[in-house]
Amino acid sequence: MRIELVKRPQHSALFSALSPFIALGLTLIAGAIMFSLLGKNPLEALYYYFVDPLTGLWDENNRWQLHELAVKAAPLILIAVGLSVCFLSNNWNIGAEGQFTIGAIVGSILPVMYPDLQSWIVLPLMLLMGMIGGAAYASVPAYLKARFNTNEILTSLMLVYVAQLFLDWLVRGPWRNPGGMNFPETRNFHEYAILPEVWSSSGRAHWGFVFALVAAVAAWFMLSRTLRGFEVKVLGQSPRAGRFAGFSASKMVFFAFIVSGALAGLAGISEVSGAIGQLRPTISPGYGFAAIIVAFLGRLNPLGIVAAGLILALSYLGGEAAQISIGVSDKVVRAFQGMILFFVLACDTLIHYRVRFVGAPAAKAAEVSQNV
Amino acid sequence: MFESILITIATAATPLLIASIGELVVERSGVLNLGVEGMMVMGAVTGFGVTLATGSPWLGIFAAIAVGALFSLLFGFLTLTLVTNQVATGLALTLLGLGLSGMLGEGFVGQPGIKLGNLYIPYLSDLPVIGRLIFGQDPVFYLSVLLTVAVAWFLFRTRAGLTLRSVGDNHGSAHALGINVIGIRYLAVMFGGACAGLAGAYLSLVYTPQWIENMTAGRGWIALALVVFASWRPWRVLAGAYLFGAVSIGQLHAQALGIGVPSQLLSSLPYLATIVVLVLISRNRRLTMVNTPASLGRPFVPDR
Amino acid sequence: MLSGTKIKMGGVVTATLETEGGNLLEVRGLTKIFGTLKACDNVDLTVGRGEIHALLGENGAGKSTLVKMLFGSLEPNAGEIRWNGQVERISSPGAARKLGIGMVFQHFSLFDALTAAENIALSLDDDTPIATIAAKAKALSYSYGLPLDPYSLVGDLSVGERQRIEIIRCLLQTPQLIILDEPTSVLTPQEADRLFETLERLRAEGKSILYISHRLEEVKRMCDRATVLRHGKVVGHCDPRKETASSLARMMVGNEVQAVVRDPVQGMDKAAALLEVRNLSRTPATPFSIPLRNINLSARAGEVIGIAGVAGNGQGEFFEAVSGEVLQHDAASVRIRGKDAGRLTISGRRLLGAAFVPEERLGHGAAPRMRLSENLLLSRHATDRKAFLGTGGTVQTRAIASAAQRIIEIMDVRKSAPDPEAAALSGGNLQKFIIGRELDRRPAVMVVNQPTWGVDAGAAARIRQALIELARSGSAVVIISQDLDELFEISDSIAVMHNGELSKPLPIAEATFEKVGLLMGGAEPGHVEPVTELA
Repeated sequence: MRIELVKRPQHSALFSALSPFIALGLTLIAGAIMFSLLGKNPLEALYYYFVDPLTGLWDENNRWQLHELAVKAAPLILIAVGLSVCFLSNNWNIGAEGQFTIGAIVGSILPVMYPDLQSWIVLPLMLLMGMIGGAAYASVPAYLKARFNTNEILTSLMLVYVAQLFLDWLVRGPWRNPGGMNFPETRNFHEYAILPEVWSSSGRAHWGFVFALVAAVAAWFMLSRTLRGFEVKVLGQSPRAGRFAGFSASKMVFFAFIVSGALAGLAGISEVSGAIGQLRPTISPGYGFAAIIVAFLGRLNPLGIVAAGLILALSYLGGEAAQISIGVSDKVVRAFQGMILFFVLACDTLIHYRVRFVGAPAAKAAEVSQNV
Repeated sequence: MFESILITIATAATPLLIASIGELVVERSGVLNLGVEGMMVMGAVTGFGVTLATGSPWLGIFAAIAVGALFSLLFGFLTLTLVTNQVATGLALTLLGLGLSGMLGEGFVGQPGIKLGNLYIPYLSDLPVIGRLIFGQDPVFYLSVLLTVAVAWFLFRTRAGLTLRSVGDNHGSAHALGINVIGIRYLAVMFGGACAGLAGAYLSLVYTPQWIENMTAGRGWIALALVVFASWRPWRVLAGAYLFGAVSIGQLHAQALGIGVPSQLLSSLPYLATIVVLVLISRNRRLTMVNTPASLGRPFVPDR
Repeated sequence: MLSGTKIKMGGVVTATLETEGGNLLEVRGLTKIFGTLKACDNVDLTVGRGEIHALLGENGAGKSTLVKMLFGSLEPNAGEIRWNGQVERISSPGAARKLGIGMVFQHFSLFDALTAAENIALSLDDDTPIATIAAKAKALSYSYGLPLDPYSLVGDLSVGERQRIEIIRCLLQTPQLIILDEPTSVLTPQEADRLFETLERLRAEGKSILYISHRLEEVKRMCDRATVLRHGKVVGHCDPRKETASSLARMMVGNEVQAVVRDPVQGMDKAAALLEVRNLSRTPATPFSIPLRNINLSARAGEVIGIAGVAGNGQGEFFEAVSGEVLQHDAASVRIRGKDAGRLTISGRRLLGAAFVPEERLGHGAAPRMRLSENLLLSRHATDRKAFLGTGGTVQTRAIASAAQRIIEIMDVRKSAPDPEAAALSGGNLQKFIIGRELDRRPAVMVVNQPTWGVDAGAAARIRQALIELARSGSAVVIISQDLDELFEISDSIAVMHNGELSKPLPIAEATFEKVGLLMGGAEPGHVEPVTELA
């Protein structure tokens, strides 16, 4: 038996909508199998992963969990929205983790180096500097691609390692907290440098989540309703047609990288000033990479990305819940996330192709001769 | 001192060389598999785990090769049969590999590893200076050099190699001539996976005989960059791998000597060097255009 | 072999075939279905030994599908193939070659990065060393008058030389049947003559040839029998020598082809030059592209200028330079309506009143996965900014959709959905839309590369007529085409592009196939190229 693809004359709207759900369903099945192999009750495990963190929806005592969900989802959505602009325009920025880190560092300059500057202006400046930092760092691979035709996948990824080592050096060296017992971390941010909670009465979800929603809606409008969005899609799908339209591919490289770098930088500084409150050697559990999964699970549509970001955030929370309650390692989460992306990509095939299972050639020959 | 530095350079270069040679064959067939990092880390965890369980590093190495090849089949099935985007699928393979290996290897953290012993060729390894360097290395080192020779010979001296290159150059023409494009690409992808698995096992059994999460630390990506750097030629891959081996060992020694430069800056040198090398090689658009397999990364759906 | 053939022109065709045992190839009821389209519907075909058999039909009639099934590249849904009287299942090109069927592809199945000898080796199913193959190929190529350097890289060769490799590759397999798919579409008339000599020699050696073409003159001249396909069905078998070109054309198309009407232009000398190209030069952009050498051209209001030439002689590079997809150093090297445009982008040139249609429809002139309305915006967002875009660059979907609908109606674009993706249209219908998209603006200057390549006869006639009408209404039209018949039909003068150089335009009254053909082969005007002596 072999599998044959038959191209659909038009892409299937049905499967465009369905494919992420099919992928999620397949991931759940594969996850259940994985948990069984690990010797856990699969239903129980899946309950802790995907239901338990949501009990806050009806149980007021667990409301904090929804806040945690928003805290985790904010950076994922912010980064993934930027990545959708990149991926749609066929620019493969996979260094968002690095842009996140540099955004966090540049955004932290004021509270770390000038702790005496205490004014309401600090926070807006921090956010702005975070965006600039992320955008500037992202423009390095953009420049190398536009100017020298250098593969942006490899350069943007290499810069992730460089950014992480730079952060490591800062918090162990020049930026180490003078009163911090030699721990590798910066001083705690003062109150003017903290991104406030949205509803401080019920939990710690900070304004980063609001930024994420605003970014998603703005990007959705840009991509679906404006000439710039059209330009992004044309250059991504068909570069020669884009050039024929009079669009510049090299300007698009900068546009896509700067937008996604700025959003990743904003995510970085929001995380540091909203959720952590200081810089540490590790400030992200791999948001920049998980956001790639979010972007594809959301089918590169910013509104879909909001939903996808919440689902991935759920898996982080579920990982913690499952570790505490049934003793499944939190390392399982990343394996889970990797599987989601695999199934999403596989299911996207259904949008453009019909999949046919063809029997053995001998059977087919018989069938042909019958027809004659 | 000098001799031992050279030996460690060879140990640092060998995994890069093996993974790059594998990816070179994959890319020569027109497929871009960005999952090298993921396949490598799966090889590393398998090699370590099987060695731990059986006590035999050789079994560990064979298991890593097998797992690397099987893991690459996932990528093959998606990109070749379901014609998914190769870049995205390669990323997915890397993310899945990093996740799975972290999960599988959790129990191995902190366990003492078993190192694959060196192979001393009698008499020759006693020669001064070059003796240990060339004739007293671990077996995989010899294998890596052999692999380079074999791949160079296969690609440019055999009919099968010619067929593989033709598929990478123009899959439409190859299909029209009756060449089984997808079958050849499956084999190439599996070869690349096997090589990446071996390279990973080398890290956890020879280079640093232990298991650390994410222990490949970007080597799979550097291996990808080396293929571009080498313009898809096996001998240049060898040169590039040793160049990078030298950079990473050089910075380690500089750190040990404490030359007053932050260790993090020194640690980032291999990554920065990768960027510089990529820029230097890709500046010459003409050269890259002539050398790049023309079908690289393009989807192929045969009409039947 | 063939008797009692009764053919009713333009309508139902009945054919009775009396087959003898001596036929090389007999095809019965061969059918191939793609999705819902019957590309080949119950096709019968018989090829005898030592005959040149023409397979006629217009674009999209199913000729290529049929021969791909004969060569094992496609699997038939139904029907049988008899080879030397035996039923055979040809499952792969390798199986076809083993039987003795060879194929010369229309769009060549060659590998640019490999040498000629390596290319040949790939289709020989044994393990002969490359050096032996090279020696054999060289000897064979000289004996047939198709000289070939087996160690040259295919990427560096001209289209004609590439075809030689295809033919030599085919002949080295010592086939009994050679299939040639539109072989002359890439050749100059003189090169085509040489090919016919080769084919006649092969026939004399007893080999059979299945010759696919839509060029009727050459079929009449050379072929012993013909099978005509229309919409995937056989509409008749005939002896082309007994037919006229117009009777063959009627069989192919099914009804009278509308002849293009071209009124002669008057007062040309006084008309203003709307497009001027002055001393345009360009270094090759990629290793496989052609430099442009000092090109001069002037197109006046009211005239159609044709640019002939064999593919790959710089037409694509010329189009890029004139359209502004690539900028020039010298602003005055391209002038549109009297203004320097060499430093303007394609949008800037469109704003001056120029319109462009590239050769490649899917992926260049249109984005395949975008709807027709979006593809309208593709080339007109700059010129029709006021109508199509709102404040802040928002896209006015409704205005664009109604403009797209207008073009669809005027150009008679046939489609399956109200606003389908470009890739879902047939070649002819998409081309009508792309041409219509530009005509809709009434451009003062229109440059079209290969206006009717791969387009069915009805659509082609409509497109040609529309281009002439545009010129007659006061625009300057430049048409780059490899199809000499087309250029002679619609041009007021013809210039020839060869190796990046453009000849002086010949007024249509003075132009002949022979003159233009010589220029296409690289001969200077007035000179006659000495016949190359071959070893």
